[in-house]
Amino acid sequence: MQAVNVRLIQIALLALILGSWQIGVTSGVIDRFFFPAPLDIVQQVISWVADPSFYKHVGITLSETVLGYVIGTGLGVAAGVWLGLSPYVARVLDPFIKAVNAIPRVVLAPIFVLWLGLGLWSKVALAVTLVFFVTFFNAMQGVREVNPVVLSNTRILGASRSDLLRHVYFPAAASWILSSLRTSVGFAVVGAIIGEYLGASAGLGYLIARSEGNFDAVGVFAGIIILALFVLIIDLLLDVAEKRLITWRPKAGEERPA
Amino acid sequence: MSIAARKISAVSQTSLPPMVAIDNVTMAFGSFVAVENVNLKVGNGEFLSIVGPTGCGKSTILNAIAGLLKPAKGAVSIDGATVGGVQNTIGYLFQQDALLPWKTAYQNVELGLMFRGVAAEERRAKVMAWLEKVGLKGFESRFPHQLSGGQRKRVQMAQALITEPKVILMDEPFSALDIHTRHLMQNELLRLWQEDRRAVVMITHDLEEAIALGDRVAVLAAGPRSRVIESFPVDLERPRNVSEIKLDPKFMTLYRDIWASLRGEVEKSYASR
Repeated sequence: MQAVNVRLIQIALLALILGSWQIGVTSGVIDRFFFPAPLDIVQQVISWVADPSFYKHVGITLSETVLGYVIGTGLGVAAGVWLGLSPYVARVLDPFIKAVNAIPRVVLAPIFVLWLGLGLWSKVALAVTLVFFVTFFNAMQGVREVNPVVLSNTRILGASRSDLLRHVYFPAAASWILSSLRTSVGFAVVGAIIGEYLGASAGLGYLIARSEGNFDAVGVFAGIIILALFVLIIDLLLDVAEKRLITWRPKAGEERPA
Repeated sequence: MSIAARKISAVSQTSLPPMVAIDNVTMAFGSFVAVENVNLKVGNGEFLSIVGPTGCGKSTILNAIAGLLKPAKGAVSIDGATVGGVQNTIGYLFQQDALLPWKTAYQNVELGLMFRGVAAEERRAKVMAWLEKVGLKGFESRFPHQLSGGQRKRVQMAQALITEPKVILMDEPFSALDIHTRHLMQNELLRLWQEDRRAVVMITHDLEEAIALGDRVAVLAAGPRSRVIESFPVDLERPRNVSEIKLDPKFMTLYRDIWASLRGEVEKSYASR
């Protein structure tokens, strides 16, 4: 009952906002140059989605995001686990890591364009730098918080170093890493879009930049909505993946399931 | 039975080479000396209980035998071989939960054999047999969080014993359990041990437990610089029932004697705080 009520209020709220926006635009109170009518935006989204060439842009942004995400998280997990296991190296590298992490990643975009050209890889590189640190810090923390008793026990049972990695460190760090994977998806998208926005010939970021160049606010808003949907869908997929991967963790309120 | 048991412990203390030999061991952390000049021998098949006040460095002795910690002085040997580095001829029952939470009961028990490269089929047969032995048949696919405290201890026992270790180390293994579960688990442990007697070193601060389970009780002094002050043979018949043995007059005499020795140390450890 409660859930239904919440849902109804949410729908009412959305209708109120969009409705007053729409009315405001048609009555001329809101300037449609800056805030295009919601119906126009929806129409733009529909016409894009219906157009086969639109999927080329989605495909490019998606591949940049996925590549940046996979490479960034892969490097982040590897480096995080490594430094988590070798506190000495971590201490030596600490100031460097802090310094690099302090650089606003967006300013690196022009350098990547210079190095890697206007194609796919400059965007991937930007996404990688954004994703890397989120995963890196989480993986390192995960490895450091491994229960020492569990570790001693596994060593006494005869685990080699690679056994320990596989059976203790990675699973222990997995929940930390997975939670960082959720956050870093957003970063991967940001990296890809900003890269496209600054210089590209295709992709969702390019679409938004092009619309902006034509003073086409409808296109900009439509692009934003498409992007939001894009991230929501990826997030949903990760949700499923997380549930599959971490079956051993007690769910909230779980007592003794069969 | 009792005569045989007594014979074994009598022999092991004299002629046979000991299974575990702790020679003049000092354990230190920086300038803090936890235990100093400890000498202990455990015969094959002997159950040694070590009691001492809290904070006297009992656990460091076990960790030295396991190879988890290096003695600052002296040496430990198992079956004639000096301990250097983590041992895997031992089974270690920890006080805390030491099961891998992301593995099922079956997978947890399987670990030791898997690390030793035992083939999957042989592993399966052994794991199932051990799970049945500790009364957990049908619980193979439960994760630790789906088991009770006592059940988790049973899994831990099976996990530690499946590799047929030469020495079993126990660090207050049942102190986290409620009293009834504790008695149940102590009897269970004695039953398993009786089937296949190995050298056991158990650390506890519970004197009743030490006497009820052990062949011999060694008393440690209050820390720091703790050492073994006295050692009492326990000549109680086996098999024993932990919850009934406390009414045995021999048990009470032993308890009185050992407590007389332990009491002063416990008081010292309180006074120094």
